[in-house]
Amino acid sequence: MDLTSALQIALPEVILALGTLVLIVVGAFGGEKSTGLVGLGAGAVLVEAAAAACWGPMGQAFHGGFVADAAAQFSKVAIYLMSAVAIALGAPWLRRKRSAKFEYPLLVLLAATGMGVMVSAGDLISLYIGIELQSLALYVLAAFQRDDSRSSEAGLKYFVLGALSSGLLLYGASLIYGFAGSVRFADIAAAVHAGAGQGVIFGLVFLICGMAFKVSAAPFHMWTPDVYEGAPTPIVAFITAAPKLAAMVLFARALALGFPGATGQWQQVIVVIALISMAVGALAGLVQRNLKRLLAYSSILNIGYALMAMAAGTEGGMQAMLVFMVLYMIDVTGFFACLTALQRDGRPMERLEDFAGLVRVRPGLALAITALSLSLLGLPPFSGFWSKYYVFKAAIAGGLWPVAVFGLVASVPAAFYYLRILKTMWFDEPAGATDRTPGDASAIGMGAALFSFPLVLPALAALDPLATLAARAFGLA
Amino acid sequence: MTAFLLQYLPILIFLGVAAALGVVFILAAWVLAPKHPDPEKISAYECGFNAFEDARMKFDVRFYLVSILFIIFDLEAAFLFPWATSLMHMPHGVAVFAFWSMMAFLFVLAVGFVYEWKKGALEWE
Amino acid sequence: MGLQAIAFYVLAVVTVASAFGVTTARNPVHSVLFLILTFFTAAGLFVLLGAEFLAMLLVVVYVGAVAVLFLFVVMMLDVDFASLRAGFARYLPIGGAVAVFLLIEMILVSGAVAERGAAAHVKPLSGENISNTEAIGRVLYTDYLYDFQIAGLVLLVAMIGAIVLTLKHRPGIKRQTVADQTGRSVRGGLQVVQVKVGEGIAE
Repeated sequence: MDLTSALQIALPEVILALGTLVLIVVGAFGGEKSTGLVGLGAGAVLVEAAAAACWGPMGQAFHGGFVADAAAQFSKVAIYLMSAVAIALGAPWLRRKRSAKFEYPLLVLLAATGMGVMVSAGDLISLYIGIELQSLALYVLAAFQRDDSRSSEAGLKYFVLGALSSGLLLYGASLIYGFAGSVRFADIAAAVHAGAGQGVIFGLVFLICGMAFKVSAAPFHMWTPDVYEGAPTPIVAFITAAPKLAAMVLFARALALGFPGATGQWQQVIVVIALISMAVGALAGLVQRNLKRLLAYSSILNIGYALMAMAAGTEGGMQAMLVFMVLYMIDVTGFFACLTALQRDGRPMERLEDFAGLVRVRPGLALAITALSLSLLGLPPFSGFWSKYYVFKAAIAGGLWPVAVFGLVASVPAAFYYLRILKTMWFDEPAGATDRTPGDASAIGMGAALFSFPLVLPALAALDPLATLAARAFGLA
Repeated sequence: MTAFLLQYLPILIFLGVAAALGVVFILAAWVLAPKHPDPEKISAYECGFNAFEDARMKFDVRFYLVSILFIIFDLEAAFLFPWATSLMHMPHGVAVFAFWSMMAFLFVLAVGFVYEWKKGALEWE
Repeated sequence: MGLQAIAFYVLAVVTVASAFGVTTARNPVHSVLFLILTFFTAAGLFVLLGAEFLAMLLVVVYVGAVAVLFLFVVMMLDVDFASLRAGFARYLPIGGAVAVFLLIEMILVSGAVAERGAAAHVKPLSGENISNTEAIGRVLYTDYLYDFQIAGLVLLVAMIGAIVLTLKHRPGIKRQTVADQTGRSVRGGLQVVQVKVGEGIAE
């Protein structure tokens, strides 16, 4: 085995792992004083890994366990940059809360490593171990404010349900291995093609259930609202963005590369999951008064859209899914950044009433939230419109027009809850002054709002061909 | 396969004997021992007070930290067994590779150990 | 072969019965003891399958460490177990539904296994003359190097997580610093003072 070329192919992960080890030592010896240094270092490592992923060689390494293709490169760059944003958002917030720890950037780094392993997974073992590395770091992050009972509860719930989903996933993986005789996606595809029988399909269903947990698609979404509500806001911004993209790409890779011979079967399951997610996300969001819970349901709805594109089972569907996830990631990170920035009397503003008349108190942030809400709602010309346009186009092209119609219907109640936020912010009586807003979080929020319009237009011009290239790696028609 | 399982025959016999002995002792005590129970005799504290409160109490989370850290290194040690048994039976080039592969693994955990040490997780206050 | 079959049935029955005991035992300590029995018998089943290493791992890690930690938690922790059990009847229907669903799934899977055999076309990695542990060792550190190293990172995350979530430094506690103690010399620790009679020592 040629280790040198393998390490070159896996260079982003090598950089991340070595960077993490160095930073752990720096943190261990420097103590809490080195928190800022470790944060900066972690950001630099992530940017470097993104560059390595962008310009690194493609190919397979470690007996097919690691795949560096266009899809992996595309998502890795997005994931690493979003993780760097998460550090920029979370580290100052934790410092303001006087609970700054140098472990925060380290855990983000390790989660990013796990996500890199996920999107590059070429077999079931690296699929599982990538998921585990990423989720274990996220469980700890969710409970990071350990003196806050809600944060601890969020971490515990996330952990228990995550362990359950890992169990489902492993059970499915072992069935697939048992019946197909290999853990490698390419060999599984060959075995399925040769008629590996019903057993593999059982395994596939379990695998899909486990993955659906990880992307928080209904009916496996129970953890999402509680975790979003309890976990610290900037950490939710991280949990809701990059890991979802990683899990979706892994999902797509496992299905498209491992089971191209069983497209009919997985398409059915994914369509059902997409429909339930859209229904749950749209309807349950209506009764939420807490903005973080509301965004949790909004994320379930949006995962439904992404799954719909994936269910099309075409190259166009995968391209739409990638574009959708990237644009959604930026929107939702911006939204949570705004929530991070806003505080009243030292307490986070999370309830809808807290936002009453915000436009007269904090016009800048209120405008940013307005733009991001309209974008999530899917109003042209904001980025959310374009992402939905891609998804619906792909679904209809893939012959899933009933699902697309259902998705359009589901966006009506969703539109209502976004508009209610806007109405509260613009037309209600102000609920009082807010605390001074920190520059970092507001800047990220405003940046995301600017991206949602007008920066999205030039970005889309670049994103579209890249996503097409990436989608080709899934090898679908 | 059968030859392999025969290695475990002594353990099986041992388990059988242990189980049988356990059952025999319980049964013997039940059959042979004189029994004249009355409510006072079988109460938890025949002479003295009843317990005032539950024996369970809040424990310092440090105990759990120690045991969790132990489990992590236990797992690390579990990875060493196959390495130790197979290393000397490999062709030289492969053995060198496997050796350094384990060293890299141990290095990662050694960094973790340094972190634990410097954080004071191994100290008892 | 007959002995093997007897061993399998005994172990399987005890595994299922004790697993049932884990969920139904009234006393949580008994639950954990049942859990340990389940691990033991499952290890026995692994041995019957020839998966020696997994069996020993189950004993060393699960029985030796995890179950003991469980036992420690349930014996020591201040938890009202009666209230934990309160929802048992309420959640029984939905739990039962999931169980029935899984049972059907299992039956269908075993049907599929019986029909064409699981992994029928995969040759066992090891020959007769190489132990299971050694067979794992031959591939784990070379062919599966990547997964092995990522597993190391997973353990590292567990370490960091455990410390981040539980370690608290109480201020104002006197600690022993061994380096200071052994580094102490006569010069720093002992002072010879001529005390004048009637004046004593200031300080």
